[in-house]
Amino acid sequence: MINPDSVGRTFKGVDQVTVTQSEIDSFAAVLGETDTTVAPPTFSIRISLSQYESILTQPEIGVNWSRLVHGDQKFEIFRPIVAGDVFTCSATIETLRVAAGNEIISVRSDLHNGPELVVSSWSTLVVRG
Amino acid sequence: MIEVGTVLPEKIFYIDRALLKAYADASGDQNPIHQNEEFALSVGLPNVISHGMLTMALAGKYVTDWAGGSANLLEFSARFIKPVVVPAGDKVDLTVAATITEVDGKTIKLDITATSAGVKVLGMAKAVVVK
Repeated sequence: MINPDSVGRTFKGVDQVTVTQSEIDSFAAVLGETDTTVAPPTFSIRISLSQYESILTQPEIGVNWSRLVHGDQKFEIFRPIVAGDVFTCSATIETLRVAAGNEIISVRSDLHNGPELVVSSWSTLVVRG
Repeated sequence: MIEVGTVLPEKIFYIDRALLKAYADASGDQNPIHQNEEFALSVGLPNVISHGMLTMALAGKYVTDWAGGSANLLEFSARFIKPVVVPAGDKVDLTVAATITEVDGKTIKLDITATSAGVKVLGMAKAVVVK
């Protein structure tokens, strides 16, 4: 079970994640995007999901990652991601509810390059009961 | 023409197992339900399914092609309402279209539709792009 005391709290990812051109190239290639001067708009999920996994599976929060399904996703992109960006990622657990035996959490992720907020995203994650 | 109600031409993307593997590597999402049929069946899925985020990324490619590039997408949201099932050896379609819903001085809002085998796979899919 997810710890209800975690709702409303913001957890900082421990890693600084540096974006490389080869990561952008690989992501763009899957989509058939030939302009790789900036990352495709959903590229940031690569960073958010890995940071979510390390943050949300902490015993203090208690998400069971192996039973996770992605319900919805939203991005607000303040500028495109480029190679050389160095991101820190935070996860804020905005809501937690239980429906039909599933735990449904809404998590907000902010990616900062230094002081600059580059992408905010919201993910609804369903932990199947 | 950029006015409310305009329907943009549809585009068909094709998803196969090789694309799922490429997306898994590019995104870091190595969940076996997107690559391993035996595992997918064992957790009650009909077969291997696409990453929802791959479906969304392809819909994003559709939008940014129309909007003049990746840098022009400001907001993007979608619900994953049905899985895109990808049997071995098949190329399944992802058919994407959009309608202009709002235009102001700086931005254009779009409602996006995405179907696979005639079934709607993204719900409430919306984008805001630079005009």
